[in-house]
Amino acid sequence: MSNPSRLASAAARPRRVPWLALSATLLLAACATTPPPKPQAEAAPRPAAPPPKGLVPARDAYPSTYKVAASGLTAIVNANIYTGTGQKILGGMVVFDAGKIVSVGPAAAPPAGAKLIDAKGRWVTPGLIDAHSHLGVFPAPAVTGQVDVNENIDPNTGYVWAEHSVWPQDAGFERARAGGVTSLLILPGSANLFGGRTVALKNVPAVTVQAMKFPGAPYGLKMACGENPKGRYGARGRTPATRMGNVAGYRRGWIEAADYGKRWAAYDKKAAKGEGGEPPKRDLTLDTLSGALTGELLVQNHCYRADEMANLIDVSHEFGYHITAFHHAVEAYKIAPLLAREGICAAVWSGRWGFKMEAYDGIEENAALLTKAGVCVSLHSDDPNIIQRLNREAAVAQAAGRRAGIDIPDAVAIQWITLNSAKIMGVADRTGSLEPGKMADIVLWSADPLSIYALADLVFIDGAVEFDRQAPRRPSDFELGQNRGDLAQ
Amino acid sequence: MKPIVPLLAGLFAASALSTSALAEPATAIIHARLLTMGPVGEIADGTVILRDGKILAVGKGLAPPAGSQVIDAKGAIVTPGLFAPNTVLGVREVNSVKGTDDAKSSSSDLGAAFDPQYGLNPDTTLVPVARLGGVTRAIVVPAPGGDGEGGGADDGDGALFDGQVLAIRLAGDLLVKPRLAVAMRFGENGAGGSRGAEIGLLRARLEEVRLYKQNRAAYDRGELRDLKLSRQDLEALIPVVEGREPLLVTVHRAADIRQVLAFAREQRLKVILNGAEEGWRVAGEIAAAKVPVILNATADLPRSFEIVGASLQNAAKLRAAGVEIAIVSPDPAHRVRELRYEAGSAVAQGLPYAAALEAITIAPARIFGLADQLGSLAPGKAGDLVIWDGDPLAPRSLPTAIYVDGIAQPLRSRALDLRDRYESGDGAPR
Repeated sequence: MSNPSRLASAAARPRRVPWLALSATLLLAACATTPPPKPQAEAAPRPAAPPPKGLVPARDAYPSTYKVAASGLTAIVNANIYTGTGQKILGGMVVFDAGKIVSVGPAAAPPAGAKLIDAKGRWVTPGLIDAHSHLGVFPAPAVTGQVDVNENIDPNTGYVWAEHSVWPQDAGFERARAGGVTSLLILPGSANLFGGRTVALKNVPAVTVQAMKFPGAPYGLKMACGENPKGRYGARGRTPATRMGNVAGYRRGWIEAADYGKRWAAYDKKAAKGEGGEPPKRDLTLDTLSGALTGELLVQNHCYRADEMANLIDVSHEFGYHITAFHHAVEAYKIAPLLAREGICAAVWSGRWGFKMEAYDGIEENAALLTKAGVCVSLHSDDPNIIQRLNREAAVAQAAGRRAGIDIPDAVAIQWITLNSAKIMGVADRTGSLEPGKMADIVLWSADPLSIYALADLVFIDGAVEFDRQAPRRPSDFELGQNRGDLAQ
Repeated sequence: MKPIVPLLAGLFAASALSTSALAEPATAIIHARLLTMGPVGEIADGTVILRDGKILAVGKGLAPPAGSQVIDAKGAIVTPGLFAPNTVLGVREVNSVKGTDDAKSSSSDLGAAFDPQYGLNPDTTLVPVARLGGVTRAIVVPAPGGDGEGGGADDGDGALFDGQVLAIRLAGDLLVKPRLAVAMRFGENGAGGSRGAEIGLLRARLEEVRLYKQNRAAYDRGELRDLKLSRQDLEALIPVVEGREPLLVTVHRAADIRQVLAFAREQRLKVILNGAEEGWRVAGEIAAAKVPVILNATADLPRSFEIVGASLQNAAKLRAAGVEIAIVSPDPAHRVRELRYEAGSAVAQGLPYAAALEAITIAPARIFGLADQLGSLAPGKAGDLVIWDGDPLAPRSLPTAIYVDGIAQPLRSRALDLRDRYESGDGAPR
């Protein structure tokens, strides 16, 4: 392969579809004899169209209260660095101040007054990012009364927001932090065709979810293919009972959302002319779905099988939206060129397979094959244990690539768990790599993080130390005061 | 070449005489860095000779027998085949496809006597996948009876006993040895609806077994009082009450581990602890009872009230206290190939390297009474070994050769067939 770094960074850019373009798409789609619109040619991403005014309160009603913790000018010196941009620097220096990265490069004189951290022999990466987690919504303990991941009462629950289920005291957040995870996307479960809104979090200890919400991160819409929705509702004698029922369900949802968007657009147009009139009644489901149609929300699509991903891509063309990522995409390797062409990321596992039929064709080489084909690849966890060792996942997937004759450079394997995950979350302009101006989300590892023996020694989030292996653990409120032997020490 | 030690020489000579007529030539792996896990420890530049499915000799500077196939490991690490101590390999293909799941009994007449050996499928696609992770042997542990139908007699929320534990090889017809232990659970997922009820039920049932054992004739004549257990289950539990076959008890919290240890003392049972997330809190007591532990080295979340003390240091602390430990794969079926990474992650958390490798080789063999045949590179043991291109516990190392019973296994799996079809594009569907 020529240059996996370059290929991997040719990532999916959310394609924002302005309302006018969307309307045209819908007109075309409404005419049965007209072929479905071709995917748009690759073009520079356009800024999101402002949402219809009536939607604005919904978008802003649950604001982040996240505060960057105080931290001073710091220089990590003598560090081996994976930058997250595909570079590896040996014996270099990372400087950050006031929560932002100032410089990353080879050895140099540290700035005057900087606190020095000698990383001799140790490694630095961007904070790890998990683009698929259910921490907080499927928490530890996962006992009766605690599980809030699936609003599995209707195939379309676009109206729920994962953040309203997140329990910040989930002990898994701290464990993930100890594994170097600084940002993560929390999704509703996969029981429904439209599962609800995702929420991006900074992995800081907090009492409220608002205090964890990644400032300015876009929302996402969780969708699910395959066995979960059809199994759940088919078993209850409801649609969807089949995969064709699933697709019909998506289409019905999008038709309603498009109509809703049109009514708001018409109202906005009149309002702009001062003609007034009653605004349409808000609908929480359609707020979310219509936001996904405009590109304001990123579509995060749980989908295992290659044929289903292709079907969902057709659905996205029919309704003019963009799929940001297929999650659990165990068969993505079968359609790698299609995903590359569409600019859709694949969030995959290294080793999970076979637990259900749609996972039966999972292979360890998935990430390497996709990277070789130019697809933006992220290794995700979907699991409170795997999230603690995303670096191990990267090493496993890299080794599988080598077995297949695909050389994934170390610095590119690191992108699977940093920058590419940030792209899926829509925060790659702010975190996921060590570049000046970005958030100082940084992990100092005891060894090369692609080694099984590496542990996170220090984890910085916006420049502040949020995990220190030498310091006493910070148990969650649930764990505090429980007899845990000497664990807390 | 240096002279071989007299013992090995003797073995060698005896075998050479007796096998001259056999068709199978010996295999000699030379210039190997041997992590034998046996009494000779590590040998920097050693030779292993395999013949007739067994290890003929292990040592430094051994001369390969005439006609041997000689494999130069060129300094690569050679370990015994890895041994996964808690799996459902061979009895489960796809978790959600019930017809492929032979890991559990749903019959109320068949608990302790449920024997998964009859469901072993040598054609399962999981075995070659796991084997590519260097795993050559596994223990199959029956799963809890499903769907509230129970499995074995009980008066509460589920079966007391899940069934028989067996050993498999990851090749050929799979079965190595059935009836190694009887599996059960104690604690939140135990039988009887509460811990106290479960202990009471266990006492009552084991008393039935002893009564039955001493009065088989009366039982056959129908002159014994009614027993809750089926005849098969009574028979299956006789070796347990006699202390010949261990109970493999899945148990989690410290207090429950103490209860299990006390119950085993009271009833004179042999037990193996499975899970034991809070084992480190009572490590001294487990060590004093000489009870081994099978554990998940990366279980560290308080997912229920019985594992509030789950810790990544469990393995290291139990081992430091002198407890024999074996480490399990992240799941018992599709992720068995990740066994060695779990051992590696335990090393990162303070378990000595040799102890981690033991925990996935010789320790499981010892725990299940198979150490005379398996688990280390030693003369007379099964010819299971793996040649690695690096550190066997590191994900970035891969096996370059895998032997089971002296036979080189294909480095293939259905997953690799899928990979090759789509990587090359040759033969890939449109």
